[in-house]
Amino acid sequence: MSQIEQAVQALQKSFQDKVLSVEEFRGQTTVNLDRAVILDACKLLHDEAALQFDFLAALTAVDYWPQEPRFTLVYQLYSIPKRVFLGLGVPLQSESAEIDTVESVYANANWHEREIFDLFGITFKGHSDLRRILMPKDWEGHPLRKDYPLGYEEVQFSFNFDEIDDRKPYAKE
Amino acid sequence: MGVESKLGNMGVVTTTLEQVVNWSRTRAMWPMLFGLACCAIEMMAAQASDYDMSRFGMELMRASPRQSDLMIVAGRVTRKMAPVLRRLYNQMPDPKWVIAMGDCCSCGGVFNNYAIVPGVDEIVPVDVYVAGCPPRPEGLIHGILTLYEKVKSEGIKTWS
Amino acid sequence: MHKEMDTTLEELRHLVSDRAIEGETMLLNMGPQHPSTHGVLRLLLELDGERVVNCVPDIGFLHTGIEKTMEAKTYTQALVLTDRMDYLNNLGNNLCYCMAVEKLIDLDVPERAQVIRVILAELQRIASHLVFLATHALDTGAMSVFLYCFRERELILDIFEMCSGQRMMTSYIRPGGLWRDVPAGFEDAVRDFIRIFPKRLKQYSDLLSGNPIYLSRTKGIGPISGPDAVRWGLSGPNLRATGVGFDLRKSNPYSGYEQYEFDVPVGSNGDVYDRYQMRLQEMGQALRIVEQALDNLPGGPVRSDNRKYVPPPRSEIGTSMEALIHHFKLWTEGFSAPEGAVYVAVESPRGELGCYLVSGGGPKPYRVHFRTPSFCTIQAIPTLVRGFLVADIVAIISSLDAVLGDTDR
Repeated sequence: MSQIEQAVQALQKSFQDKVLSVEEFRGQTTVNLDRAVILDACKLLHDEAALQFDFLAALTAVDYWPQEPRFTLVYQLYSIPKRVFLGLGVPLQSESAEIDTVESVYANANWHEREIFDLFGITFKGHSDLRRILMPKDWEGHPLRKDYPLGYEEVQFSFNFDEIDDRKPYAKE
Repeated sequence: MGVESKLGNMGVVTTTLEQVVNWSRTRAMWPMLFGLACCAIEMMAAQASDYDMSRFGMELMRASPRQSDLMIVAGRVTRKMAPVLRRLYNQMPDPKWVIAMGDCCSCGGVFNNYAIVPGVDEIVPVDVYVAGCPPRPEGLIHGILTLYEKVKSEGIKTWS
Repeated sequence: MHKEMDTTLEELRHLVSDRAIEGETMLLNMGPQHPSTHGVLRLLLELDGERVVNCVPDIGFLHTGIEKTMEAKTYTQALVLTDRMDYLNNLGNNLCYCMAVEKLIDLDVPERAQVIRVILAELQRIASHLVFLATHALDTGAMSVFLYCFRERELILDIFEMCSGQRMMTSYIRPGGLWRDVPAGFEDAVRDFIRIFPKRLKQYSDLLSGNPIYLSRTKGIGPISGPDAVRWGLSGPNLRATGVGFDLRKSNPYSGYEQYEFDVPVGSNGDVYDRYQMRLQEMGQALRIVEQALDNLPGGPVRSDNRKYVPPPRSEIGTSMEALIHHFKLWTEGFSAPEGAVYVAVESPRGELGCYLVSGGGPKPYRVHFRTPSFCTIQAIPTLVRGFLVADIVAIISSLDAVLGDTDR
């Protein structure tokens, strides 16, 4: 039985109905979990000797506005001894966009979760230092949400060059 | 240099005050290290062996704004970095010049979104724009020589 | 306007020790503009005399919003933005993104394109390590190495310019293969480089590795243990210097890396000297891979001929109606990808570079996230500098080889 199948079976045995689904696409497996068990699932995958998923490769979020559940948090775990990747997905509703932090299991989740808080607005319970990381500290809004505008500035072509030029704030001195 | 030497053997040279001051300003202009992103790598390449900028007087790059008179803004300026840039510009003593190196600081470049300031001329007054993404080291040197031409043509009334 | 930059003690209360609150230790700002921070990184240091008690990094000064911009562009247009992320590893970023797109749409890549991709990626690795060596030596005081390394880098940039017309932002690796075939002088230029480089590599090693000043500045400085490094998500040469031999080219090979014979150098202490040695030896190994790949370069096409995703050559458009239609559809609308999500990771000179690509079924990516190695590297800086002197911070940061474009995206 391959490493991935072992991991999926271990998760299903420990969390039964909290494992929402198991997807496979292009040879990569993603296990969708309920948000209540994410910390225990990470601990299980990290500590168990047969599984050894000791490296948090990526932690990100996807915004599906205006559908519900609005966000999906994606964890990509990697096992250095066994050389396999496993993905975990956690759907979150927009009214209750908060989840436990996995900082105690993977230390580098600290900044990844800060980035998700900064760009999406998802809060992490128990995080040691939850504040903005990439945007200035007094920025309003969460840029990577789908209802946040791109901030596109009108392009100056020759026909509208002068009128945009008058509006642009040039520094005088 | 455009000087007239009437009494050359005696070591006396006559010229105008403007020419002397402008000449001395161009011959030892020290840039401030303001490499932000990719253009900084091409600026470093221009300073290094193959395209040496020391030939043009820029022997070293000063990290401190108080000791430099040229700010080469190399790279994209984000909204978080903009106040820092303005503060550093204010700390530079007069006379000072600014070269906007690359497309991102000239006009926003490839990027047109919430995070990038579209053109550093919204923050500081720019003397020379160098286009390219990133501009070749020869392009940067051409920009610097253009700046020298501009400085040489400054008159007494325009000195700051 | 200047208020928002000033950080107050109140905000950092939970991060600094109690001695800072009492005023016993000094809080110093190593600002975004600094010659030794390798980009716009801001460090808030808590110092007890010359010793560092704590360090709080502040990033985001180069946040370009690349991920959000990509959602507004088609897959081919978004490729151009990947060059500008980690600006010392342009072809590597292209490769990671293209592999993700190819996996998503299940597109084949011809053999010749795979081999040339490997050659270019390894040359890019050498170029990136040369910049590391130049800036690292500059920071520890050896200025002449800077000039030597950039001289070699010019040779590699000439090769890139020969292929694509651009020295750095090449966008040469496209979904399905390469943009176009390599020109006639490519093999000679690469062989010249292979001939010249080993001697130069030995020169660098002679200059620095035995130098007592360099050794005293780097041996035993900023060590980290293997398990700690894995916990903090370090990868690439930084992780291998601690003894954990994790290299994606060996463990999860991609683009034909399993055919080539090369060693992966592994260190022991995880200090600054080991990290420098890793990259020095990796340059030699990369040269081995380039030589093997060049010897076994097959003929054939360099881009897939699946016209739904790859544009036809211009010569066909005059004669074939299908070619014209494909060209039109690809240029106006772009190709559509099936719904789904993939994660692809490659070994960049800094560590594991991963691309998580989500498609909603349209011509534009729904969400692109790049897992960048420098993000985790800078996160680990406080662990590495605690207890060392201010001058050591400079050596440690330069040895980590973090690029701020990579961190902030």
